Amino acid sequence: MNVESELEKGNFVVGECLKCKKTVWPPSDYCSLCFGNVSIKDGPFQGKIIEFSKQGNDYFCLVEFNENVKIIGKITGETPQINQNVMVKKCGIQNGNYFFEFISS
Amino acid sequence: MANKVGIASYGMTKFSRDDIKIESILLESTKNAFQNCSNLNQKDVEAVLVSTNNNSKYLSAVLSEISGIKPKISHSVESLCNSGTNAIVSAYSYIASGLADVVLVAGAERYDSPGQVLEWDNSRGEFKHPIFWASIFTKSYKREYNVRDEELALVSIKNHHQSIKNPNALTKKEYTLDEIMNSKKLTDDLKLLDCSRPCTGGASIVLASENTINHLTDSPVWITGIGQKTTSASFTKNITFSAMESSRISANSALKMSKHKADQIDVIELHDAFSVCEPMALESIGVSSKGKGLELVKEMIVTDSPKINPRGGLMGSGHPLGATGIAQTIEITQQLQSKAESRQIDNPKIGLVHNMSAASTSSTVLVLEN
Repeated sequence: MNVESELEKGNFVVGECLKCKKTVWPPSDYCSLCFGNVSIKDGPFQGKIIEFSKQGNDYFCLVEFNENVKIIGKITGETPQINQNVMVKKCGIQNGNYFFEFISS
Repeated sequence: MANKVGIASYGMTKFSRDDIKIESILLESTKNAFQNCSNLNQKDVEAVLVSTNNNSKYLSAVLSEISGIKPKISHSVESLCNSGTNAIVSAYSYIASGLADVVLVAGAERYDSPGQVLEWDNSRGEFKHPIFWASIFTKSYKREYNVRDEELALVSIKNHHQSIKNPNALTKKEYTLDEIMNSKKLTDDLKLLDCSRPCTGGASIVLASENTINHLTDSPVWITGIGQKTTSASFTKNITFSAMESSRISANSALKMSKHKADQIDVIELHDAFSVCEPMALESIGVSSKGKGLELVKEMIVTDSPKINPRGGLMGSGHPLGATGIAQTIEITQQLQSKAESRQIDNPKIGLVHNMSAASTSSTVLVLEN
């Protein structure tokens, strides 16, 4: 069980170093600070929209969860706002590519 | 003490959307570099470095064989869009350390380069194409400095205008503000004519030590400053989305090494992959203060000065990734040698090259002097 296999199942989790407790993102085999082993840190995680734009009818947002975790994903059914609180509604891996969808929280 | 390193010769190909083998592109610009330097012989070249994102293997050995060179050192350099200047830095290091005396750096790319998308960067989710990071940069810059799309379009107007005088440019076409504003909308914050275009093209440069260069050219251009910085590979690890941190750090290093200040630079080639990149780079290098990059762009248009991106930048010239940094360096070399023909600015002494990759997660800056 690792971060990617959880993401693949649709569970938004991040990595955490077993040694120094640093958050490890994007998923990696070892901690980038101390090369410690990585375990899974479960959510739910609260994030804030720090930037967004729109392609066609779809908004895409850059969301910051903490200083080490920023991701880009979709938000549907609402117009995003800067500093809006969001959570990951949906995530997964398709053809090797991650995808994320956010929802207001 | 490190050997002084200069530029002895260079060769270019035209930038196009043509379907040409990568080996042929490399050979053509290399042939042009040899033809541009009558005293340069294949046996003088001790290292051959190839800059490309192409998937073909062993290209430095292949280029060496087909151009009659048997180098001591040969290898490829890949670092997405700043592969070219990174290869030049490697060549500089070989000469400065005494491992080689003359080095050929050949950059080439095809229009269908696999280097356009960084597949590894999963923090971008499904939004991996560069238009998405460019949209985030653009929106963030507009928000931070209260900038309108029409103002950003001035970068495209200027650089396409300047590309008219570049015989190797991809488009060689001028655009009006209306044409840019009405070009295909890629996102709410990015139009087609805000973007540089991947293309097929090659650029080669020959570097030599101080001891050898006078046998090769009577107008050497010296590399007096180098700065490189990689802050991350993930776009989302950027600490700001309205400035280029790796460019700021690498420009500081290069200027410090050359013992110059940003306001002493006479001519600049900078990495305008998208409209917003030009003001962001001008501010990060220190040529403009924060939020004032577009004022300088406007001034360049009003005074019809080609000081910034005289060959038309990436937007006007095209962006063959592995060749781009080398083509930028060739432009500054030509300017400093007063060989830039109709693009020539008045009597430049100091030039700067800014080349970056993957949303400015990595930047390389060179300072050149005659």
